[in-house]
Amino acid sequence: MKSEKAKGRRKFMKNTIMASFSSIVGMPIVFGSNMPKELLPIGFFDGSLPPDLIGKSNLLTVLNDRPVNAEAAAHLLDDDLTPNDMFFVRNNGIPPVNVDVNKWSLTIEGESAKQSKTYTLQELKTKFKQYTLNLTLECGGNGRSEFNPPAKGNQWSTGAVGCAAWTGVRLADVLRDVGIKSNAVYIGYYGEDTHLSGDAKKNTISRGVPINKAMEEESMIAWSMNGKDIPLLNGYPLRLVFGGYPASCSGKWLSKIVIRDRVHDGQKMKGKSYRVPCKPVAPGAKVKDEDMCIIEKMPVKSLITYPKTGATIKSTEKLPIRGHAWTSADSISKVEYSIDFGGSWHPCELKNAKNRYAWQRFSAKIPFPEEGYYEVWARATDSNGDRQPIILPGWNPKGYLNNASHRIAIKVI
Amino acid sequence: MRARNKNEKPNGARASLWSLLLNTIYFTLFCIVGCIGYFLLEGPINDIINQKKYSDEELELLSKKAMMSLSLEKEKANWDKVVDGIHIRTGFYDDPNLKTVIASCTSCHSAKLVTQNRATRAGWKSMIVWMQETQGLPDLGKSEPIILDYLAKYYAPKATGRRKNIDVDAIDWYVLNIDDTSQ
Ligand code: HEC
Repeated sequence: MKSEKAKGRRKFMKNTIMASFSSIVGMPIVFGSNMPKELLPIGFFDGSLPPDLIGKSNLLTVLNDRPVNAEAAAHLLDDDLTPNDMFFVRNNGIPPVNVDVNKWSLTIEGESAKQSKTYTLQELKTKFKQYTLNLTLECGGNGRSEFNPPAKGNQWSTGAVGCAAWTGVRLADVLRDVGIKSNAVYIGYYGEDTHLSGDAKKNTISRGVPINKAMEEESMIAWSMNGKDIPLLNGYPLRLVFGGYPASCSGKWLSKIVIRDRVHDGQKMKGKSYRVPCKPVAPGAKVKDEDMCIIEKMPVKSLITYPKTGATIKSTEKLPIRGHAWTSADSISKVEYSIDFGGSWHPCELKNAKNRYAWQRFSAKIPFPEEGYYEVWARATDSNGDRQPIILPGWNPKGYLNNASHRIAIKVI
Repeated sequence: MRARNKNEKPNGARASLWSLLLNTIYFTLFCIVGCIGYFLLEGPINDIINQKKYSDEELELLSKKAMMSLSLEKEKANWDKVVDGIHIRTGFYDDPNLKTVIASCTSCHSAKLVTQNRATRAGWKSMIVWMQETQGLPDLGKSEPIILDYLAKYYAPKATGRRKNIDVDAIDWYVLNIDDTSQ
């Protein structure tokens, strides 16, 4: 039996549905809430729900609703693996509608492919060995809102990141099955989303990675996220997943991969998109396109996911904190916290990752010397010895790669 | 024959009037009985119909869609409402030239992508040029200076130093119960 609460919820949902019918028909529909499925006004249940709402939590912060760009506040990312409905969305265009998984296919071709070959989704699942890896995806522009002078684009705070268990096949296995010529330099992807302008010939985004990255063990073509279908907004039914690179390389609604004999030149590979100045520049500097270089690694970074900022505790208590740290290097070697604005740093406990490019849990129990306002800062160091800065890292025109320490505010009373 | 015919006419009229009356009474009775019947049987009938229930997911989708269309209705009523200098539907600052901005800048993406950003006039110009070169934005003609003036006026950069303070006023302070959290 369903609980009363669940029933009440069903009733509430039915009521809103009926209220909206009434507004369409122009009068109340008597006994409307009992209307059987077959009688619903045509077009009401044809899967044409605006895709911006499917499968996502209403706790997400929506930066833009057309195209959908939404992120999670830090404390909503506390799970070991980010739940599908909390995973950030960075859409550049309009996701495909009426996806038919039975007809979905992936074509591999390009100058450096030995042949052009097409696999159905079913063939991918049966022909190749399947793997499940925990991989962190972070938008290149995560943290953009902090840059000064302001950088262009969606003003992400800290939530355009997540780590999920992705199931699929190794990209390398599929590329080898097609055959790679020795002159291969890059791979590029094409997806089934459509351009905002409505121009069917325009690609929304078509990026990729160097061939070496494509051949890494952790580079995947995935159809499942945390054991479930990938949410439509995150690329259902098929996408690429590359840890350690800007998430824009991990093409969604994947239908084609090209093996290129040159650096891929698709939409958003050129100009200033997903590029930073090759040499450091002063804040606000004008940088020519030819002086911009493609981002090929995401920096070491961490996020305090517990407690939520704004906690008040008693001076007799120790504050438990925890969070995640991630990097494009092999692993995180150290996470530290500071409660005196970086004056002194103390080690956190750090767990190992299941595999490379998975985020790692850290935790600590913090004593405070006296009452007052504190900020807890966290900074991670990776196996390359790279460490997070506590002020903003190098300014760049599009505001990428902000890995400054995360901070939460605490009051001790 | 004639006489009889003359007599028949009033007879025929009376008969059809009578049958109309009877039909009306029958129909009314039918409706009353029907309604009573329906009210009596409503429960059981609904039970049968409800066997084809929605799953919770389906209901949730429907209800979200319904809320959308309801809020769309509301939106229509408040199409160009301005509160505290903000055009509610788009989130843009109100201005005599707002219509030009809305017409030029909200067809591909929502106004939210614009209002999130801050830049100098030159910075805004460079975004427009980028959209024209790569995203299919047409030449804005005489509107361009109007739009640039508008954007540079309301969405100019604010100096924030090398790193902003945490926005302490915006924090929702709460008491953390530490015993509940030992994980
Ligand atoms: C022809 C379609 C179209 C029109 C019309 C349009 N834009 Fe854009 N705009 C785009 C696309 C596509 C993007 C990239 C969206 C994304 O990446 O999420 C974009 C991005 C932006 C951005 C973010 C810039 C960045 O570097 O990411 C801003 C700001 C913006 N538009 C402002 C405007 C303004 C102001 C106008 C009116 C003059 C306008 N847009 C009209 C298509 C358009």
